[in-house]
This record gives sequence, C-alpha cells and structure tokens, in this order.
Amino acid sequence: MITTKLNRIDELFSRLRKGNKKALMPYLMAGYPDVETSLKLLLAVAEAGADLVEFGIPYSDPLADGPTIQKAADSALKNNINTNIVFDLVKRARAKTEIPIVVMTYYNTIYRYGLEKFAKNAAEVGVDGVIAPDLPPEEAGPWREAAQKYGVATVMLAAPTSTDERLKKVSEASQGFVYCVSLTGVTGARTNLPTNLTDFINRVRKATGKPLAVGFGISRPEQAKQVSEMADGVIIGSALVSLIAKAEDNCTEAAKEYISEVKSAMDS
Amino acid sequence: MQTKLPDERGHFGEFGGKFVPETLMTALEELEEAYIKYKDDEDFNAELAFYQKEYIGRPTLLYFAERLTRHYGRAKIYLKREDLCHGGAHKINNTIGQALLAKRMDKKRIIAETGAGQHGVASATAAALFGFECRVYMGEEDTKRQSLNVFRMNLLGTEVVPVTSGTKTLKDAMNEAIRDWVTNVETTYYMIGSVAGPHPYPVMVRDFQSVIGFETKAQIRELEGRDPDTIIACVGGGSNAMGIFYPFIGTGTRLIGVEPAGLGLETGQHGAPLTRGHKGVLHGSLSYLLQDEFGQILPAHSISAGLDYPGVGPEHSYLKDNNLAKYDSVTDGEALAAFQLLCRTEGILPALESAHAVAYLEKLMPELSKDDIAVVNLSGRGDKDVQVAADALGVRL
Repeated sequence: MITTKLNRIDELFSRLRKGNKKALMPYLMAGYPDVETSLKLLLAVAEAGADLVEFGIPYSDPLADGPTIQKAADSALKNNINTNIVFDLVKRARAKTEIPIVVMTYYNTIYRYGLEKFAKNAAEVGVDGVIAPDLPPEEAGPWREAAQKYGVATVMLAAPTSTDERLKKVSEASQGFVYCVSLTGVTGARTNLPTNLTDFINRVRKATGKPLAVGFGISRPEQAKQVSEMADGVIIGSALVSLIAKAEDNCTEAAKEYISEVKSAMDS
Repeated sequence: MQTKLPDERGHFGEFGGKFVPETLMTALEELEEAYIKYKDDEDFNAELAFYQKEYIGRPTLLYFAERLTRHYGRAKIYLKREDLCHGGAHKINNTIGQALLAKRMDKKRIIAETGAGQHGVASATAAALFGFECRVYMGEEDTKRQSLNVFRMNLLGTEVVPVTSGTKTLKDAMNEAIRDWVTNVETTYYMIGSVAGPHPYPVMVRDFQSVIGFETKAQIRELEGRDPDTIIACVGGGSNAMGIFYPFIGTGTRLIGVEPAGLGLETGQHGAPLTRGHKGVLHGSLSYLLQDEFGQILPAHSISAGLDYPGVGPEHSYLKDNNLAKYDSVTDGEALAAFQLLCRTEGILPALESAHAVAYLEKLMPELSKDDIAVVNLSGRGDKDVQVAADALGVRL
C-alpha cells in the first residue's frame, strides 16, 4: 500500500460514529440533467448536508437499475458525457469540497478504460471509492489490485439473497463501507421499506464490523430516518434523480431542499 | 480433444466468469450446484434422451446436399438439419434440458429473452410441455420484425413483453430479463438461450447443444468413414456453433464461425464482435463486444434478428484467441443470396441466421478440393423470415 493518508470515507464514518450520527449518501448521475448542472448538483447536495456523494458514470446497459436511473443514463449519454468528463467534473468539485466522492458505474466502463488507468485517474482527481454493482468479490481481484495501488476504495454490495457465507465474503472484500441492497430487485423508489430489512441488516452486522450503508427503494425522509436507526448510512438514488427530472430548471434548489429535509429527519 | 474448460470459476482463459449483481450470486451458485448434480445423473439423462428422441425428433439428419455440392463443384457439402427439430430450430435442445433442470429445482416460473423469437418459442414450448408459467422479453423492434413468432408464443400460453428501452433489440431484452430475475429470483428460473450470460450458462447451454456435434460425428463417420475437414456455423451468441464445434475442438477439423457483417464491416452496422469488437463485460461474462472507447455498448445490426447482438459467448472468444476456431463474416446481402440459393438448389428454406453459414460456402469452396468434406449447421428453418426476405427483395406480399 502506497497511500498513508486516511481515506475520506473512513474518516467520515469514524467521525460520524464518534458523534453517533449517520451518513446521508445521495446518488447523482454525472451528465444529468446536463453536464454542468450535474456538477452544480453535487456541490449543492454537499452544501445541504450530504455526507458522501455517489456520482454515477452512465452506462448503456444498466441491468441493476430501474426505469428512473435508466432514463437518466440515456439522457446523460445523449449529453455526450464520458468517463474523462466525469473525472474532470470530480476534479472541479474537489477544488471546492472535501466531501467523500464515490463513483458508481458498471464494470465494463472500468474494464474498457483500463483498470490501472481508471484507478490512477480516479485517485488523481480525488475520487475516494468505486462501486460496481456487477462486480462480485469473485471477479474483483484485478480491479482491487489496481485500486489499492492508488488508494481508491472498492465498495462491495450485500443483498438479502446472500447467504451468511457470502455476506462474510462480500464484507471482507469491501472497503470504506458495505453497500446493503435493501430489497430483492432493481433500483427505484418504493412506497414501503421491505419488511425483512431489520433481519437482513442484523445478518450483515454479524458478518462484519464495517460501516453499513443501505440503498435501493428509499425515498421519503421518514424512511431515511427509519433506516438510519439500524445502519450507518442511507443511500438515496432514484428519488433524488426523479425529483431533479421534475424540477427541471429549478433542480439545484429542489435537491438542496430535499437533502436538508432528509438530513434533519435523520438527525432528529 | 474436448476442452476441459471452463475452470471451476467459470472462466475460459480470461473470458467468461460471473459478473452479476450480488442479488443473483446465490441463485447462480444454486444453479451450478444443480447442474453439476444432474448432468451425470442417470434419471436426468434418461429423461433428456427420451424427450430428445420422442419430442424434439432427434437425431436430426445429416443430409448430403448433392445439388448444392454440384453447384460449387468442390467439397462434398453436408447439412446438419437442426431446422427439422420440433419448433424449427436447434434452440429446443437447450430449453428442454434447462426445463428438466428447472423442474428438479422446483421452480414454477420461467423467464427468457429472445431476439428472432426462436429461443422464445422454444422456451414457450418447453414451458407448455412441462406446465411452467412463462414470460418472454423481446425487443419491441424484434416483435415487429418477427410478429409471427410473437403470436406462436402467445398460442403456447406465454406472455411476451415488448422491451422499449435502449436499442429495443436482443441486448435490451436480456437486460430486462435480468431485471426480472433480480426481482423474482427466489421463484423464477432464467432460461438463457445462448452460450452467453454468467457461469454456469455458457457451459450448460454448450453441453445441451453439444448433442448436435456428437450426432454429426457419429453420422459422418458412418457415411464417410471419417471426420469432416470443415464445419461451418453462424454465430450470434453462438449456441448452435458451440454445439456442433464442441466434440471437434482440437481434432484437426477446421471450425469456422460466421458472424453477421450486416451492411458491411466498414459501415459499423454489423454484429461481428469477434471480428471487430473489443474485450469487455456484458450480461454477466467477459467476452468480445461491440463497444466504444468508454465501454458503452454499441448497437448491432443484422438482417437476421437472431444474430443482432453486440456480444458473443465467452468460449468463442477463447477459441478465437487460441486459434481453435476461425471467425469470419458475411453481409446481409450475401446471407440473403444464400437463403435463395438453398431454396432453389435443395428445396430447403433456411433461417436467415443459418443462411449466414450457407453463404460462407461462397468464400470457402474455392479453397477446397473434391476430396474434402464440409458440414454446414443448418440451425433453423426460414418460415419466420419470409416477410423480412420479401421486404429485402422488394417483393410486396
């Protein structure tokens, strides 16, 4: 390991743990609704109280995503976004904020870019971690090696369908935090939280002492509050993306308002 | 020599693997366990053999195409008549096998993706035969090109869901099927139609399709007393090709996979990842793909909906990189000409997919002598393609 400085993600969770607080972790799609606005949105949610931002590199075939993120990815790609532009946006964000930034994308965008080059460029612009939902620990070896070399964390996902044995394997391989997929399904807002969520989170807790962030299906402030009572972080994706779609020109303000509302619900 | 691959992690050299969301990993492990348990199981194989013979109509004929042979005046040409399988294509070899497995795994619901509709029809057929609930995802574009097959699936009691995302073709149908599986994984069996997808699908589908190759080997030895010099098969995802190639890998028989060059490789409007693609990950495995420099998948094009796919089964990538098979391509126009040629010389209407393999004879025959033997895998019949062919030939029906 070359890096000696504590990763921003680890720093965040150890700080929050001490203050008995939970992380609000919104997801934004780079290039959506347009390239410049996606940067403004990143800075806006950071200012409004987000603790970590997941910044999505759009992919043409997002098979773990529901309609909301699929549509956003389609329009982002039509806006001619690409991995280099996303890195440039992160670089510009880094000039203004120290919020942990985790890039979320599918493995092919990483693989095709070149594992070493992706890790190196990500680290250089200030990306703290990478989440690739279609990269299970069994296949993650070559990427982890490259990422580790440059001090980029690789976040793994745990699912309710994972056996206890797999939960161990996944959380051992995960760095920064473990991304707990709340439900058996694709991304997208749901009316209710899954009934077996507590059991699932308890199972992951048994497998690891690492911070747990829960995502998929969370949209309303009271749901975020509920989730924050059992986990260390709350991930909100589709709900924020569809709010941005609806608010159009007013989206940075709307996103700010929504994030601070969710944040205060979590802190109450 | 048959390959000992994949390894226990589902890798064919650097290709293959299991690149899927964690939600599906346990299901894939269960599937693999079930497959390993049953593939050498006596009862399972007896039941499979029963349905192969009594229902699919196997063994299919290895037919000496005398007039086609005379047309070229070179090698003897044999056609492996998978078009005579029940349902009209080789796809049913796989769906009956997987349905027998799904039955043993106590699944009640089957989902599948389809391009031309042949795998969809074969899945719907197996579902009807064994009493499964069945849903097939099909690109909206393909439901229009292949409306006959949509109706056939409906008649067989299957719900066909038109997929409107992305390019509205096979790749998007597969995305949507995977999304369904991610959501309903506990009750649902995903019946993948090609040697693609995450491990264990590429090896399992190959094994179910390898009956084509084993029959061919026995039949040609019976007829000619030796193995063929060349075997030709079309490659979309590559299941009919893997099926006929498998027993001949590394034996000295030249294996040629024919990809769709669409409007021409230089136009970019094709479906030839092995010829013009780059390595990448799509639908759960690492293989050659049509993609841009940032890894965004590019739309494929082919006159044949069944070959209209930007990826290819990982074992084909392995065979290519290790020079165990050769891959080339023919255009829409060449395939259409072969489609007509086979009708006129042999009275056989091939699927447009299979017509790609037939079309390759045009390139290959000048290299061969009268003592040579070539086998073409005629993977399906062309009734479904009559409308598409008429449109392409400017005939109004």
